[in-house]
Amino acid sequence: MRHWSAAARLALCGSAVAAGLSLYGCQREERRFTEWPPTATAEGAVREVELQPGPPVRRVATRSAYEENAYAVSEGKRLYGQFNCSGCHFHGGGGIGPPLMDDEWIYGSQPENIFETIVEGRPNGMPPFGGRLSVQQVWQLVAYVRSMSGLVPKDVAPGRDDHMQVTAQEQQTDQARPKQSFQPPSTTRP
Amino acid sequence: MSADALGTLLQQPLQFPGAHSALAPAGPQAERVHALWQFMWIVSAVVWVVVVLAALYATFRRRMPAVDAPLEEREPLSSGGPGMLTAVIGATAATIVVLFVFLILDFRTGRALTTPPAGALPIKVTGHQWWWDVQYPSSRPDQIVTTANEIHVPIGRPVVLELASADVIHSFWPPNLVGKRDLIPGYTSTLWFRADSAGLYRGQCAEFCGYQHAKMAFYIVAEPPEKFTAWLAQQRDSAHTPADSLTRRGREVFLSSSCVMCHSIQGTPAGSRVGPDLTHLGSRLTIAAGTLPNTRGNLAGWIVDPQSIKPGAEMPSNQISPDDLQALLAYLETLR
Repeated sequence: MRHWSAAARLALCGSAVAAGLSLYGCQREERRFTEWPPTATAEGAVREVELQPGPPVRRVATRSAYEENAYAVSEGKRLYGQFNCSGCHFHGGGGIGPPLMDDEWIYGSQPENIFETIVEGRPNGMPPFGGRLSVQQVWQLVAYVRSMSGLVPKDVAPGRDDHMQVTAQEQQTDQARPKQSFQPPSTTRP
Repeated sequence: MSADALGTLLQQPLQFPGAHSALAPAGPQAERVHALWQFMWIVSAVVWVVVVLAALYATFRRRMPAVDAPLEEREPLSSGGPGMLTAVIGATAATIVVLFVFLILDFRTGRALTTPPAGALPIKVTGHQWWWDVQYPSSRPDQIVTTANEIHVPIGRPVVLELASADVIHSFWPPNLVGKRDLIPGYTSTLWFRADSAGLYRGQCAEFCGYQHAKMAFYIVAEPPEKFTAWLAQQRDSAHTPADSLTRRGREVFLSSSCVMCHSIQGTPAGSRVGPDLTHLGSRLTIAAGTLPNTRGNLAGWIVDPQSIKPGAEMPSNQISPDDLQALLAYLETLR
Protein backbone atom coordinates (compact mmCIF):
# COMPACT_ATOMS: atom_id res chain seq x y z
CA MET A 1 0.00 0.00 0.00
CA ARG A 2 1.47 3.25 -1.09
CA HIS A 3 1.13 6.31 1.02
CA TRP A 4 0.09 9.48 -0.71
CA SER A 5 1.15 12.73 0.79
CA ALA A 6 -1.64 15.17 1.53
CA ALA A 7 -0.48 17.47 -1.29
CA ALA A 8 -0.41 14.65 -3.85
CA ARG A 9 -3.87 13.53 -2.77
CA LEU A 10 -5.18 17.06 -3.14
CA ALA A 11 -3.59 17.43 -6.60
CA LEU A 12 -5.08 14.09 -7.70
CA CYS A 13 -8.55 15.02 -6.52
CA GLY A 14 -8.23 18.44 -8.11
CA SER A 15 -7.22 17.09 -11.51
CA ALA A 16 -9.99 14.47 -11.41
CA VAL A 17 -12.54 17.19 -10.72
CA ALA A 18 -11.05 19.35 -13.51
CA ALA A 19 -11.17 16.44 -15.97
CA GLY A 20 -14.81 15.78 -15.06
CA LEU A 21 -15.71 19.43 -15.49
CA SER A 22 -13.96 19.64 -18.85
CA LEU A 23 -15.85 16.58 -20.09
CA TYR A 24 -19.10 18.12 -18.92
CA GLY A 25 -18.12 21.37 -20.61
CA CYS A 26 -17.85 19.62 -24.00
CA GLN A 27 -21.65 19.43 -24.07
CA ARG A 28 -21.97 23.10 -24.83
CA GLU A 29 -19.80 22.75 -27.94
CA GLU A 30 -21.23 19.46 -29.17
CA ARG A 31 -21.96 19.49 -32.88
CA ARG A 32 -24.81 17.34 -34.16
CA PHE A 33 -24.61 16.59 -37.85
CA THR A 34 -27.94 14.85 -38.14
CA GLU A 35 -30.70 16.71 -36.43
CA TRP A 36 -34.02 15.53 -35.14
CA PRO A 37 -36.55 15.98 -36.61
CA PRO A 38 -35.04 15.98 -40.11
CA THR A 39 -37.95 17.84 -41.67
CA ALA A 40 -37.75 21.01 -43.66
CA THR A 41 -41.20 22.17 -42.72
CA ALA A 42 -42.36 23.56 -39.43
CA GLU A 43 -45.55 21.51 -39.13
CA GLY A 44 -46.05 20.26 -35.62
CA ALA A 45 -42.90 21.80 -34.22
CA VAL A 46 -44.82 24.19 -31.97
CA ARG A 47 -48.25 23.89 -30.40
CA GLU A 48 -50.44 26.67 -29.18
CA VAL A 49 -52.27 24.64 -26.52
CA GLU A 50 -51.57 21.45 -24.64
CA LEU A 51 -55.05 20.04 -25.17
CA GLN A 52 -55.41 17.34 -27.79
CA PRO A 53 -57.75 14.53 -28.73
CA GLY A 54 -56.87 11.02 -27.66
CA PRO A 55 -54.39 9.95 -25.01
CA PRO A 56 -51.58 12.33 -24.08
CA VAL A 57 -48.47 12.06 -26.26
CA ARG A 58 -45.06 12.69 -24.79
CA ARG A 59 -43.33 15.35 -26.79
CA VAL A 60 -39.60 15.80 -27.15
CA ALA A 61 -38.48 19.29 -26.25
CA THR A 62 -36.50 20.32 -29.31
CA ARG A 63 -35.81 23.83 -28.20
CA SER A 64 -33.69 23.11 -25.13
CA ALA A 65 -31.25 21.12 -27.30
CA TYR A 66 -30.46 24.32 -29.17
CA GLU A 67 -30.55 26.73 -26.26
CA GLU A 68 -27.82 24.88 -24.39
CA ASN A 69 -25.50 24.46 -27.34
CA ALA A 70 -22.95 27.11 -28.29
CA TYR A 71 -22.63 25.78 -31.83
CA ALA A 72 -26.38 26.12 -32.45
CA VAL A 73 -26.36 29.68 -31.14
CA SER A 74 -23.42 30.63 -33.35
CA GLU A 75 -25.14 29.02 -36.35
CA GLY A 76 -28.19 31.13 -35.49
CA LYS A 77 -25.97 34.16 -35.58
CA ARG A 78 -24.64 33.21 -39.01
CA LEU A 79 -28.18 32.69 -40.34
CA TYR A 80 -29.31 35.97 -38.77
CA GLY A 81 -26.81 37.77 -40.98
CA GLN A 82 -27.23 35.61 -44.08
CA PHE A 83 -31.03 35.82 -44.12
CA ASN A 84 -30.87 39.56 -43.59
CA CYS A 85 -32.68 39.75 -40.25
CA SER A 86 -30.38 42.69 -39.64
CA GLY A 87 -32.08 44.47 -42.55
CA CYS A 88 -34.92 45.38 -40.18
CA HIS A 89 -33.83 44.49 -36.65
CA PHE A 90 -30.24 45.61 -37.19
CA HIS A 91 -27.81 43.90 -34.86
CA GLY A 92 -30.49 43.66 -32.20
CA GLY A 93 -30.90 47.37 -31.63
CA GLY A 94 -33.96 47.65 -33.85
CA GLY A 95 -34.74 50.15 -36.55
CA ILE A 96 -37.40 49.25 -39.05
CA GLY A 97 -38.33 46.31 -36.84
CA PRO A 98 -38.45 46.23 -33.05
CA PRO A 99 -35.22 45.83 -31.07
CA LEU A 100 -34.33 42.31 -29.98
CA MET A 101 -31.77 43.01 -27.29
CA ASP A 102 -34.14 44.66 -24.81
CA ASP A 103 -36.53 42.87 -22.47
CA GLU A 104 -39.71 43.99 -24.19
CA TRP A 105 -41.44 41.29 -26.23
CA ILE A 106 -44.56 42.19 -28.21
CA TYR A 107 -45.40 38.54 -28.97
CA GLY A 108 -43.70 36.76 -26.08
CA SER A 109 -40.15 35.78 -25.18
CA GLN A 110 -40.60 32.01 -24.91
CA PRO A 111 -38.79 29.97 -27.59
CA GLU A 112 -42.17 28.81 -28.93
CA ASN A 113 -43.34 32.40 -29.31
CA ILE A 114 -40.24 33.43 -31.26
CA PHE A 115 -40.47 30.26 -33.35
CA GLU A 116 -44.03 31.24 -34.28
CA THR A 117 -42.97 34.79 -35.02
CA ILE A 118 -40.34 33.61 -37.49
CA VAL A 119 -42.43 30.86 -39.10
CA GLU A 120 -45.82 32.59 -39.24
CA GLY A 121 -44.76 36.22 -39.41
CA ARG A 122 -46.41 39.05 -37.46
CA PRO A 123 -48.54 42.02 -38.50
CA ASN A 124 -46.91 45.26 -39.62
CA GLY A 125 -43.92 43.93 -41.42
CA MET A 126 -42.50 40.65 -40.07
CA PRO A 127 -42.63 38.28 -43.06
CA PRO A 128 -43.39 34.57 -42.51
CA PHE A 129 -40.35 32.40 -43.15
CA GLY A 130 -42.32 29.14 -42.92
CA GLY A 131 -41.43 26.73 -45.71
CA ARG A 132 -38.28 28.70 -46.48
CA LEU A 133 -36.25 27.61 -43.46
CA SER A 134 -35.74 24.17 -42.01
CA VAL A 135 -36.94 23.55 -38.48
CA GLN A 136 -33.34 23.33 -37.29
CA GLN A 137 -32.49 26.69 -38.76
CA VAL A 138 -35.50 28.31 -37.10
CA TRP A 139 -34.57 26.86 -33.69
CA GLN A 140 -30.99 28.04 -34.18
CA LEU A 141 -32.27 31.53 -34.98
CA VAL A 142 -34.55 31.39 -31.93
CA ALA A 143 -31.61 30.49 -29.73
CA TYR A 144 -29.54 33.36 -31.11
CA VAL A 145 -32.38 35.90 -30.85
CA ARG A 146 -32.89 34.90 -27.22
CA SER A 147 -29.16 35.14 -26.57
CA MET A 148 -29.25 38.81 -27.57
CA SER A 149 -31.17 39.72 -24.44
CA GLY A 150 -29.43 37.21 -22.22
CA LEU A 151 -32.17 34.56 -22.13
CA VAL A 152 -29.89 31.60 -22.89
CA PRO A 153 -27.20 30.34 -20.51
CA LYS A 154 -24.24 32.65 -20.52
CA ASP A 155 -21.72 29.92 -21.36
CA VAL A 156 -23.29 29.21 -24.76
CA ALA A 157 -23.95 32.78 -25.92
CA PRO A 158 -21.28 34.07 -28.30
CA GLY A 159 -19.09 36.57 -26.55
CA ARG A 160 -17.44 37.84 -29.70
CA ASP A 161 -18.10 38.33 -33.37
CA ASP A 162 -16.45 36.06 -35.90
CA HIS A 163 -16.69 38.62 -38.66
CA MET A 164 -14.54 41.69 -38.73
CA GLN A 165 -16.06 44.85 -37.41
CA VAL A 166 -15.42 48.47 -38.13
CA THR A 167 -15.85 49.54 -34.54
CA ALA A 168 -14.75 47.98 -31.32
CA GLN A 169 -17.11 45.44 -29.84
CA GLU A 170 -19.57 46.50 -27.25
CA GLN A 171 -17.91 44.53 -24.49
CA GLN A 172 -14.61 46.22 -25.21
CA THR A 173 -15.73 49.83 -25.37
CA ASP A 174 -15.77 52.08 -22.35
CA GLN A 175 -19.08 52.69 -20.74
CA ALA A 176 -20.69 55.78 -22.23
CA ARG A 177 -20.79 58.74 -19.88
CA PRO A 178 -23.41 61.46 -20.18
CA LYS A 179 -22.07 64.44 -22.02
CA GLN A 180 -23.11 68.01 -21.57
CA SER A 181 -25.06 69.07 -24.63
CA PHE A 182 -24.16 72.74 -24.19
CA GLN A 183 -21.77 74.84 -22.25
CA PRO A 184 -23.39 76.33 -19.16
CA PRO A 185 -23.71 80.11 -19.58
CA SER A 186 -21.71 80.74 -16.44
CA THR A 187 -18.56 79.16 -17.96
CA THR A 188 -18.65 81.13 -21.21
CA ARG A 189 -18.92 84.53 -19.56
CA PRO A 190 -15.69 86.10 -18.49
CA MET B 1 -15.86 13.71 -70.64
CA SER B 2 -18.79 11.49 -69.77
CA ALA B 3 -20.22 11.28 -66.29
CA ASP B 4 -19.12 7.63 -66.00
CA ALA B 5 -15.51 8.43 -66.77
CA LEU B 6 -15.65 11.28 -64.29
CA GLY B 7 -17.10 8.99 -61.67
CA THR B 8 -14.13 6.65 -62.08
CA LEU B 9 -11.84 9.65 -61.85
CA LEU B 10 -13.40 10.85 -58.60
CA GLN B 11 -13.15 7.45 -57.00
CA GLN B 12 -9.53 6.96 -57.99
CA PRO B 13 -8.02 10.42 -58.33
CA LEU B 14 -4.48 9.09 -58.22
CA GLN B 15 -4.96 6.56 -61.02
CA PHE B 16 -6.14 9.21 -63.45
CA PRO B 17 -2.90 10.27 -65.14
CA GLY B 18 -2.15 13.92 -64.68
CA ALA B 19 -5.41 14.86 -63.00
CA HIS B 20 -4.01 15.80 -59.62
CA SER B 21 -0.24 15.62 -59.50
CA ALA B 22 2.62 18.07 -59.25
CA LEU B 23 4.69 15.56 -61.23
CA ALA B 24 2.66 16.07 -64.41
CA PRO B 25 3.03 19.82 -65.06
CA ALA B 26 0.69 21.40 -67.61
CA GLY B 27 2.00 24.97 -67.57
CA PRO B 28 5.24 26.98 -67.22
CA GLN B 29 4.78 27.63 -63.48
CA ALA B 30 4.22 24.00 -62.66
CA GLU B 31 7.15 23.08 -64.93
CA ARG B 32 9.50 25.37 -62.99
CA VAL B 33 8.30 23.95 -59.70
CA HIS B 34 8.65 20.45 -61.11
CA ALA B 35 12.20 21.15 -62.37
CA LEU B 36 13.19 22.54 -58.96
CA TRP B 37 11.66 19.53 -57.26
CA GLN B 38 13.53 17.14 -59.61
CA PHE B 39 16.85 18.88 -58.96
CA MET B 40 16.29 18.81 -55.18
CA TRP B 41 15.26 15.15 -55.38
CA ILE B 42 18.43 14.14 -57.26
CA VAL B 43 20.77 16.15 -54.99
CA SER B 44 19.03 14.80 -51.88
CA ALA B 45 19.34 11.25 -53.23
CA VAL B 46 23.11 11.72 -53.79
CA VAL B 47 23.52 13.21 -50.29
CA TRP B 48 21.58 10.29 -48.80
CA VAL B 49 23.78 7.73 -50.58
CA VAL B 50 26.98 9.52 -49.43
CA VAL B 51 25.76 9.70 -45.83
CA VAL B 52 24.80 6.01 -45.81
CA LEU B 53 28.19 5.04 -47.27
CA ALA B 54 29.98 7.12 -44.60
CA ALA B 55 27.91 5.50 -41.88
CA LEU B 56 28.70 2.03 -43.24
CA TYR B 57 32.41 2.88 -43.41
CA ALA B 58 32.36 4.11 -39.80
CA THR B 59 30.60 0.92 -38.73
CA PHE B 60 32.83 -1.60 -40.46
CA ARG B 61 36.28 0.06 -40.45
CA ARG B 62 39.14 -1.54 -38.56
CA ARG B 63 38.67 -1.21 -34.83
CA MET B 64 41.36 -0.19 -32.35
CA PRO B 65 42.69 -3.21 -30.49
CA ALA B 66 41.31 -3.80 -27.05
CA VAL B 67 43.57 -2.56 -24.30
CA ASP B 68 43.87 -4.25 -20.93
CA ALA B 69 46.00 -1.57 -19.31
CA PRO B 70 44.50 0.60 -16.55
CA LEU B 71 43.10 3.91 -17.68
CA GLU B 72 45.92 6.12 -16.45
CA GLU B 73 48.56 4.06 -18.31
CA ARG B 74 46.90 4.21 -21.75
CA GLU B 75 48.03 6.32 -24.67
CA PRO B 76 45.76 9.37 -25.19
CA LEU B 77 43.19 8.76 -27.96
CA SER B 78 44.14 10.27 -31.28
CA SER B 79 41.74 12.73 -32.93
CA GLY B 80 41.70 10.68 -36.11
CA GLY B 81 44.49 12.49 -37.89
CA PRO B 82 44.49 15.21 -40.55
CA GLY B 83 42.43 13.05 -42.95
CA MET B 84 39.46 12.99 -40.57
CA LEU B 85 39.63 16.75 -40.03
CA THR B 86 39.62 17.37 -43.79
CA ALA B 87 36.62 15.09 -44.23
CA VAL B 88 34.58 16.91 -41.53
CA ILE B 89 35.43 20.36 -42.91
CA GLY B 90 34.71 19.19 -46.46
CA ALA B 91 31.30 17.73 -45.50
CA THR B 92 30.32 20.90 -43.63
CA ALA B 93 31.35 23.10 -46.55
CA ALA B 94 29.52 20.87 -49.04
CA THR B 95 26.36 21.06 -46.90
CA ILE B 96 26.51 24.86 -46.84
CA VAL B 97 27.13 25.06 -50.58
CA VAL B 98 24.28 22.66 -51.40
CA LEU B 99 21.84 24.54 -49.15
CA PHE B 100 22.86 27.85 -50.70
CA VAL B 101 22.34 26.48 -54.19
CA PHE B 102 18.88 25.31 -53.08
CA LEU B 103 18.17 28.74 -51.58
CA ILE B 104 19.15 30.62 -54.74
CA LEU B 105 17.21 28.30 -57.03
CA ASP B 106 14.23 28.55 -54.69
CA PHE B 107 14.34 32.36 -54.80
CA ARG B 108 14.66 32.32 -58.59
CA THR B 109 11.65 30.02 -58.93
CA GLY B 110 9.63 32.11 -56.48
CA ARG B 111 10.43 35.34 -58.31
CA ALA B 112 9.53 33.84 -61.66
CA LEU B 113 6.16 32.73 -60.31
CA THR B 114 5.08 35.91 -58.52
CA THR B 115 5.08 38.66 -61.17
CA PRO B 116 1.87 38.45 -63.18
CA PRO B 117 2.19 39.43 -66.87
CA ALA B 118 0.13 42.15 -68.52
CA GLY B 119 -3.01 41.23 -70.41
CA ALA B 120 -3.88 38.32 -68.18
CA LEU B 121 -7.43 37.10 -67.70
CA PRO B 122 -8.68 38.07 -64.21
CA ILE B 123 -10.80 35.61 -62.22
CA LYS B 124 -12.05 36.12 -58.68
CA VAL B 125 -12.07 33.03 -56.49
CA THR B 126 -13.62 33.16 -53.02
CA GLY B 127 -13.25 30.27 -50.61
CA HIS B 128 -16.25 29.27 -48.52
CA GLN B 129 -16.79 26.43 -46.07
CA TRP B 130 -16.69 24.19 -48.19
CA TRP B 131 -16.90 25.31 -51.79
CA TRP B 132 -15.33 27.78 -54.21
CA ASP B 133 -17.12 30.79 -55.62
CA VAL B 134 -15.73 31.68 -59.05
CA GLN B 135 -16.44 34.99 -60.75
CA TYR B 136 -15.30 36.36 -64.12
CA PRO B 137 -15.42 40.11 -63.54
CA SER B 138 -16.55 42.66 -66.11
CA SER B 139 -17.13 46.41 -66.13
CA ARG B 140 -20.72 45.72 -67.19
CA PRO B 141 -22.72 44.07 -64.42
CA ASP B 142 -24.73 41.97 -66.88
CA GLN B 143 -21.51 40.53 -68.28
CA ILE B 144 -20.26 39.18 -64.96
CA VAL B 145 -20.20 35.40 -64.88
CA THR B 146 -20.60 33.61 -61.56
CA THR B 147 -20.10 29.89 -61.21
CA ALA B 148 -18.79 27.53 -58.56
CA ASN B 149 -16.12 24.86 -58.10
CA GLU B 150 -15.18 24.89 -61.77
CA ILE B 151 -12.74 27.28 -63.43
CA HIS B 152 -12.63 27.36 -67.20
CA VAL B 153 -9.44 28.90 -68.63
CA PRO B 154 -8.20 29.40 -72.19
CA ILE B 155 -4.93 27.60 -72.98
CA GLY B 156 -1.88 29.71 -73.73
CA ARG B 157 -3.22 32.82 -71.96
CA PRO B 158 -2.07 33.80 -68.45
CA VAL B 159 -4.78 33.84 -65.79
CA VAL B 160 -4.60 36.02 -62.67
CA LEU B 161 -6.64 34.75 -59.76
CA GLU B 162 -7.79 37.18 -57.09
CA LEU B 163 -8.15 34.99 -54.05
CA ALA B 164 -10.27 35.91 -51.04
CA SER B 165 -12.01 34.05 -48.25
CA ALA B 166 -15.51 34.47 -46.88
CA ASP B 167 -14.89 32.72 -43.56
CA VAL B 168 -11.67 30.97 -42.55
CA ILE B 169 -8.26 30.46 -44.13
CA HIS B 170 -8.34 28.22 -47.19
CA SER B 171 -5.60 27.41 -49.68
CA PHE B 172 -5.92 27.18 -53.45
CA TRP B 173 -3.89 24.33 -54.91
CA PRO B 174 -4.08 22.95 -58.45
CA PRO B 175 -0.83 20.94 -58.47
CA ASN B 176 -0.71 20.43 -62.24
CA LEU B 177 -0.67 24.16 -62.88
CA VAL B 178 0.83 26.11 -59.98
CA GLY B 179 1.75 25.90 -56.31
CA LYS B 180 -0.40 26.74 -53.29
CA ARG B 181 -1.67 30.15 -52.28
CA ASP B 182 -3.57 30.82 -49.06
CA LEU B 183 -6.93 32.58 -49.04
CA ILE B 184 -6.94 34.87 -46.01
CA PRO B 185 -10.14 36.48 -44.67
CA GLY B 186 -10.11 40.24 -45.23
CA TYR B 187 -7.14 40.15 -47.60
CA THR B 188 -6.97 39.65 -51.35
CA SER B 189 -3.98 37.77 -52.68
CA THR B 190 -3.15 37.07 -56.30
CA LEU B 191 -1.85 34.01 -58.06
CA TRP B 192 -1.25 33.57 -61.75
CA PHE B 193 -0.73 30.60 -63.99
CA ARG B 194 -0.91 29.59 -67.60
CA ALA B 195 -2.22 26.27 -68.85
CA ASP B 196 -0.45 25.15 -72.01
CA SER B 197 -2.22 21.89 -72.73
CA ALA B 198 -5.94 21.35 -72.76
CA GLY B 199 -7.27 19.06 -70.09
CA LEU B 200 -9.10 18.63 -66.82
CA TYR B 201 -7.04 19.39 -63.73
CA ARG B 202 -8.15 18.76 -60.19
CA GLY B 203 -7.44 21.18 -57.37
CA GLN B 204 -8.01 20.96 -53.66
CA CYS B 205 -8.12 23.14 -50.57
CA ALA B 206 -4.71 22.69 -48.99
CA GLU B 207 -5.25 24.39 -45.62
CA PHE B 208 -7.38 22.62 -43.03
CA CYS B 209 -10.60 24.61 -42.89
CA GLY B 210 -13.11 22.51 -40.98
CA TYR B 211 -15.04 19.24 -41.07
CA GLN B 212 -15.33 18.97 -44.84
CA HIS B 213 -11.90 20.31 -45.80
CA ALA B 214 -11.21 17.07 -47.69
CA LYS B 215 -14.36 17.50 -49.79
CA MET B 216 -13.46 21.00 -50.94
CA ALA B 217 -12.15 20.33 -54.42
CA PHE B 218 -12.43 22.15 -57.72
CA TYR B 219 -11.69 21.44 -61.35
CA ILE B 220 -9.81 23.60 -63.82
CA VAL B 221 -10.98 23.04 -67.38
CA ALA B 222 -8.29 24.24 -69.79
CA GLU B 223 -9.65 24.51 -73.30
CA PRO B 224 -8.81 26.22 -76.61
CA PRO B 225 -9.57 29.99 -76.62
CA GLU B 226 -12.53 29.75 -79.00
CA LYS B 227 -14.13 27.03 -76.88
CA PHE B 228 -13.52 29.11 -73.76
CA THR B 229 -15.11 32.20 -75.36
CA ALA B 230 -18.15 30.15 -76.30
CA TRP B 231 -18.39 28.80 -72.76
CA LEU B 232 -18.15 32.29 -71.26
CA ALA B 233 -20.83 33.65 -73.61
CA GLN B 234 -23.11 30.76 -72.71
CA GLN B 235 -22.52 31.31 -68.97
CA ARG B 236 -23.44 35.00 -69.36
CA ASP B 237 -26.97 34.08 -70.38
CA SER B 238 -29.77 34.06 -67.85
CA ALA B 239 -31.16 30.69 -66.89
CA HIS B 240 -33.32 28.87 -69.40
CA THR B 241 -37.02 29.58 -69.11
CA PRO B 242 -38.85 26.31 -68.44
CA ALA B 243 -40.46 25.03 -71.60
CA ASP B 244 -42.81 22.33 -70.31
CA SER B 245 -45.11 21.90 -67.34
CA LEU B 246 -42.76 19.59 -65.42
CA THR B 247 -39.84 22.03 -65.43
CA ARG B 248 -42.20 24.93 -64.77
CA ARG B 249 -43.37 23.09 -61.67
CA GLY B 250 -39.73 22.45 -60.79
CA ARG B 251 -39.03 26.16 -60.89
CA GLU B 252 -42.04 26.81 -58.66
CA VAL B 253 -40.69 24.23 -56.19
CA PHE B 254 -37.33 25.95 -56.20
CA LEU B 255 -38.78 29.41 -55.69
CA SER B 256 -41.27 28.40 -53.00
CA SER B 257 -39.03 26.19 -50.85
CA SER B 258 -35.91 26.75 -48.79
CA CYS B 259 -33.61 26.57 -51.89
CA VAL B 260 -34.31 30.20 -52.68
CA MET B 261 -33.02 31.38 -49.30
CA CYS B 262 -29.41 30.60 -50.23
CA HIS B 263 -29.05 30.01 -53.98
CA SER B 264 -29.45 32.32 -56.93
CA ILE B 265 -30.59 31.58 -60.48
CA GLN B 266 -30.12 34.53 -62.80
CA GLY B 267 -33.35 35.42 -64.58
CA THR B 268 -35.56 34.34 -61.66
CA PRO B 269 -36.37 36.12 -58.37
CA ALA B 270 -33.82 33.84 -56.66
CA GLY B 271 -30.87 36.10 -55.89
CA SER B 272 -29.33 35.05 -52.59
CA ARG B 273 -25.56 34.87 -52.44
CA VAL B 274 -25.16 32.52 -49.47
CA GLY B 275 -24.66 29.32 -51.47
CA PRO B 276 -23.31 28.55 -54.96
CA ASP B 277 -24.91 30.23 -57.98
CA LEU B 278 -27.04 27.63 -59.81
CA THR B 279 -27.77 29.53 -63.03
CA HIS B 280 -25.90 26.97 -65.14
CA LEU B 281 -25.74 24.06 -62.71
CA GLY B 282 -26.50 21.52 -65.41
CA SER B 283 -23.32 22.40 -67.31
CA ARG B 284 -21.02 21.58 -64.38
CA LEU B 285 -19.11 18.33 -64.01
CA THR B 286 -19.51 17.88 -60.27
CA ILE B 287 -21.73 18.90 -57.38
CA ALA B 288 -20.86 19.71 -53.76
CA ALA B 289 -17.35 21.01 -54.60
CA GLY B 290 -16.01 18.02 -56.52
CA THR B 291 -17.57 15.51 -54.14
CA LEU B 292 -19.91 13.76 -56.58
CA PRO B 293 -20.31 13.63 -60.38
CA ASN B 294 -23.21 15.79 -61.50
CA THR B 295 -25.79 13.11 -62.21
CA ARG B 296 -29.49 13.17 -61.54
CA GLY B 297 -29.30 10.55 -58.82
CA ASN B 298 -26.44 12.26 -57.01
CA LEU B 299 -28.24 15.59 -57.20
CA ALA B 300 -31.39 14.03 -55.73
CA GLY B 301 -29.42 12.50 -52.86
CA TRP B 302 -27.65 15.78 -52.24
CA ILE B 303 -30.87 17.83 -52.15
CA VAL B 304 -32.70 15.43 -49.84
CA ASP B 305 -29.90 14.68 -47.38
CA PRO B 306 -26.68 16.63 -47.88
CA GLN B 307 -25.68 16.00 -44.28
CA SER B 308 -25.11 12.30 -44.93
CA ILE B 309 -22.84 13.12 -47.90
CA LYS B 310 -20.98 16.08 -46.41
CA PRO B 311 -21.71 16.23 -42.65
CA GLY B 312 -21.44 19.78 -41.42
CA ALA B 313 -22.08 21.45 -44.78
CA GLU B 314 -24.25 24.51 -44.48
CA MET B 315 -26.98 23.08 -46.70
CA PRO B 316 -29.78 21.66 -44.52
CA SER B 317 -31.65 18.47 -45.27
CA ASN B 318 -34.80 19.05 -47.27
CA GLN B 319 -38.03 17.12 -47.16
CA ILE B 320 -39.61 17.36 -50.57
CA SER B 321 -42.39 15.13 -51.87
CA PRO B 322 -41.19 12.69 -54.56
CA ASP B 323 -43.18 14.42 -57.33
CA ASP B 324 -41.84 17.82 -56.39
CA LEU B 325 -38.30 16.42 -56.22
CA GLN B 326 -38.57 14.92 -59.71
CA ALA B 327 -39.89 18.23 -61.05
CA LEU B 328 -37.08 20.12 -59.30
CA LEU B 329 -34.44 17.76 -60.71
CA ALA B 330 -35.90 18.09 -64.20
CA TYR B 331 -35.73 21.87 -63.86
CA LEU B 332 -32.16 21.89 -62.49
CA GLU B 333 -31.03 19.65 -65.35
CA THR B 334 -32.27 22.21 -67.88
CA LEU B 335 -30.00 24.87 -66.39
CA ARG B 336 -27.23 24.38 -68.88
